[in-house]
Amino acid sequence: MHDSHKFKIPMGPQHPALKEPESFSIALKGEKILGVEIRLGYNHRGIEKACEERSYIQDIYLIERVCGICSHSHSTCFIQAVEEIACLQIPERAKYIRTLIGELERIHSHLLWLGVAGHEIGFDTLLMYTWRDREVVMDLLAELTGNRVNYAINTIGGVRRDVSEQQALDVLKAVDILEERTKYYIGIATTETSIIKRLLGVGVLSHEDALRLDAVGPTARASGVTRDVRRDDPYAAYGSLSFDVITDNHNDVYGRTLVRVKELLESFKIIRQVIKDMPAGPLSVKAPRKIPAGEALSRYEAPRGEDMHYIKSNGTEKPERVKVRAPTLANVQAVKHMLKDRYLADMPIVIAAIDPCFSCTDRLISVDYLDTNRKQIIKWQDLHAYSIAWHRRHGIDFTKLNKETRGAGF
Amino acid sequence: MKPGRMMHQVLHSLFKKPATNLYPYEKLEMAGKIRGKLKFYPQKCIGCKLCMRDCPSGAITIKKTGEKQFEAEIDLGKCIYCAQCVDVCPKGALEFTQDIELAELDGAKLKVVFRNGPQDSPQEKTS
Repeated sequence: MHDSHKFKIPMGPQHPALKEPESFSIALKGEKILGVEIRLGYNHRGIEKACEERSYIQDIYLIERVCGICSHSHSTCFIQAVEEIACLQIPERAKYIRTLIGELERIHSHLLWLGVAGHEIGFDTLLMYTWRDREVVMDLLAELTGNRVNYAINTIGGVRRDVSEQQALDVLKAVDILEERTKYYIGIATTETSIIKRLLGVGVLSHEDALRLDAVGPTARASGVTRDVRRDDPYAAYGSLSFDVITDNHNDVYGRTLVRVKELLESFKIIRQVIKDMPAGPLSVKAPRKIPAGEALSRYEAPRGEDMHYIKSNGTEKPERVKVRAPTLANVQAVKHMLKDRYLADMPIVIAAIDPCFSCTDRLISVDYLDTNRKQIIKWQDLHAYSIAWHRRHGIDFTKLNKETRGAGF
Repeated sequence: MKPGRMMHQVLHSLFKKPATNLYPYEKLEMAGKIRGKLKFYPQKCIGCKLCMRDCPSGAITIKKTGEKQFEAEIDLGKCIYCAQCVDVCPKGALEFTQDIELAELDGAKLKVVFRNGPQDSPQEKTS
């Protein structure tokens, strides 16, 4: 590549370096990145609108499927807002169980991230080790909730399943195993020279920029921002638990790695307290089917950062408006900043370092007409019709084939 | 860091039997109560259809077949295995089993109908 040439390369939506479909348009000068354009929308599923068509109970399970990794985060965040509107006081035991599942989810998410980060820098052994250990948590979640991924433990007014004494012992046993292995990973991350050389100074986001761009979660905490919803605005049982908010001043991918592995240790600490202090009592209170009119905003510290749900109800069984602000949407602008004037080869790890979840983030496609300053939102049907018409003009026509196959009984 | 720090992990893995299982010859036991395929008891059903109302994916249909006789059609392709119908049923006519191996090549086999048999025992039929 010649240094004097400036060009634009597209990356994604289908790209081997990205695990999820998302499109980046990168302006390059030689191997240096001049600017990055991020186009959201390839994974848009219309969940917010679909929530308005369904009842609150059905919405729990739909909202849970916003994201596969932080399914408990989204459902808890949604339910907290509903409970706020309906003025429900959930039992103490339910709060502790929600906290327990939330922390187990954080462990599984951070271990998953550590493996993905290892894979992106070419350290696949780390991927194998962390994902092996992640199975310990996944099995535990399956045992406690009845599923590995979409736990469905939350219901409006409490939780659906109890934690038995045997299960509590299993949790403590698993936490002991994981703590020992996490200490081993901390040892690797802080002493292994190749990791330090690869990650130090990559994807820098200064403290001021993190504040200005509203970064959240480990991305912000690695830039020295002490921001954690669990401490700032305690929900569930976090108000009565003691834990530290981990921050780091490296401001780069190395800092984000350290924050995440150290947060694992904090999660183990929280889980031990939860198991020790869990009060006896009922699991849920009866919730009305019709939620009174009102609105609420709920915040939750998901493994990737602050998750936010806004709900407006109108006194019926269905919400009038549901708005989801997933953590990746808050962090995605920071990625643009981190990549500027860096090399193209750093792109996968810098993107991976915010632990992006594009299925959570994707929004409607909005088209800006540059010449007339007009904006247009493309609906799915329009886009569908446009795509069929465009391909028809270019010689791909399914009309005839459709007619033939319809007769053949397909 | 000293070279070979990860060596004991390597040696440990070298002398261990393979981690892969010979599925489907060897089956793994899932711990706890996994939410699997639904089971319907027609004699307990009172036809309130709360399960139909609460199902997030519209997978369950209760039909009246006679006086106080109901049958349930469950579309396993649509079911998301959340077991909300089990929670909401006032008579305990629905139950989830630990059966999770439900893959089928033929889509029609995913529709399961539970109806009362000749001796008033639930019969499972694939339509």
